[in-house]
Parts: sequence; structure tokens; C-alpha cells
Amino acid sequence: MIRVRYFASLRARLSRDSDSIENPLGAQTVAEVLASIEVPDGQTLLTLFESETLLLAVNHEMVSIDHPVTDGDEIGVFPPVTGG
Amino acid sequence: MYSRIQIQEVDFSVDDVLSELKRASGAVGGICTFTGCVRDLNDDETVTSLFLEHYPGMTEKQLAKILEAASARFSMLGVVVIHRVGLLTPGDNIVLVAVASEHRGEAFEACHFVMDYLKTQATFWKREQRGSGDGQWLSMRASDQVAQAVWEAGHDAKD
Repeated sequence: MIRVRYFASLRARLSRDSDSIENPLGAQTVAEVLASIEVPDGQTLLTLFESETLLLAVNHEMVSIDHPVTDGDEIGVFPPVTGG
Repeated sequence: MYSRIQIQEVDFSVDDVLSELKRASGAVGGICTFTGCVRDLNDDETVTSLFLEHYPGMTEKQLAKILEAASARFSMLGVVVIHRVGLLTPGDNIVLVAVASEHRGEAFEACHFVMDYLKTQATFWKREQRGSGDGQWLSMRASDQVAQAVWEAGHDAKD
């Protein structure tokens, strides 16, 4: 199981804060996981990532889209930060 | 070096943090603090409230990395970072960065460095409520990225 968590404007847009992916197809990268997640407008999360500025983390570390994933990982997907 | 990172909903006391740094960090010659607070106007519109969200677990890690980078670059005796989350209103405190060092120069610079990196690296997001409309998630300002890039360029220049 891979958990994908969404934050801020992305969470609001998807109307959910996370997805849990069983990963039956054996996705090996963040990109492959995002490609398996449907979002509104008939897109996948990967196409959304490719068209907008979104950041990625695996197990709380910032990563790139081709970062490897394994069962039990947590992926975070979120817009650029605006704290402070 | 003494350090403390705190993410909380409740307000903080700058005076308490000053006392904490003086107690915890020996030989303190100066403490520089930055306090960020909620503005009542943005783009000439009245702001009624500000909601702050974070990524629990990751945000603390990001802040720890920023403090590690700051301590490698500046001579600090102690540092405290407190960031609030949840619903805030104009005038409320958002963030406190306090750096203690032997001399003022390092304290000023380290405080500035931590704040600039917090703005671009720490996983916090703001949703601003203006008037009676729906809240609006804010976008990162280009000037924040420029501020971080300046530190990186300065670091490269010293290498």
C-alpha cells in the first residue's frame, strides 16, 4: 500500500486529502503512481503535475518525479509553500 | 548549539523565548528576533482571516534542515523557530525566528537566512479570506525565491 497525501489548494481541488494505492501493477516510481490516480476533468494526477507547479515528497523528503517508491511509502503532493 | 522547533496553534511570547535563549545559550552577546504577523490588507483588499496549514512530520524535518544549514554557515549559540497553524486574524503572530550569538552580525544574518529559507522550503500554506468571498490559497512570491537564490549565490561565491 502506498499512501498519497494532498495539501492546500490541491487538496481542496481534489476534494480529498489522500488516496491509498494498492499498487497491483507494481509502480516503481512516483510518476507511475501519479499516473494511476484519476483527478477531475478526466486527467490523472501525473498530467496535472506536468501542467502545473506542484512539488513532491517521499517519506517527508523532497524528491523528483522519477524517484523510486516501494510498498509502505508515503508520497506528498502539494503546491509551492507560502508560510512565514 | 541550543535549538528548538515548535509548530503550534496557540500564540507565543517573544519575551519568553528571549529568556529561554539567554538561559540555554552561554556567552550570548546578542539575540536577533523576527516576528511575522497577519496583515490586514493585501493587494489593497481587507483581509479578515488567514488559515495556515502544514504537512505534519515533514515540516519539522524541513525546519531542522534549515537550522542545520544555518549553523554550518553562521556562528550561532542558540536558535528557536515557532510557527503557528490554524485560523488567525489580522495582527496575530504567525512566526518567530530568534537567533542568539556572541556578536550581532552573525545573529542578524542567521535570522535573515533562516527566515528566507523558511519562506521557500518549509511546508506551510496560507489561505487568505478577504471580505465575504471564498478563501484564496496564496501563491509563492517570486521575491521569496530570489531571496533564497541570493544566499545560494553568496555561498557559491565563497566556495
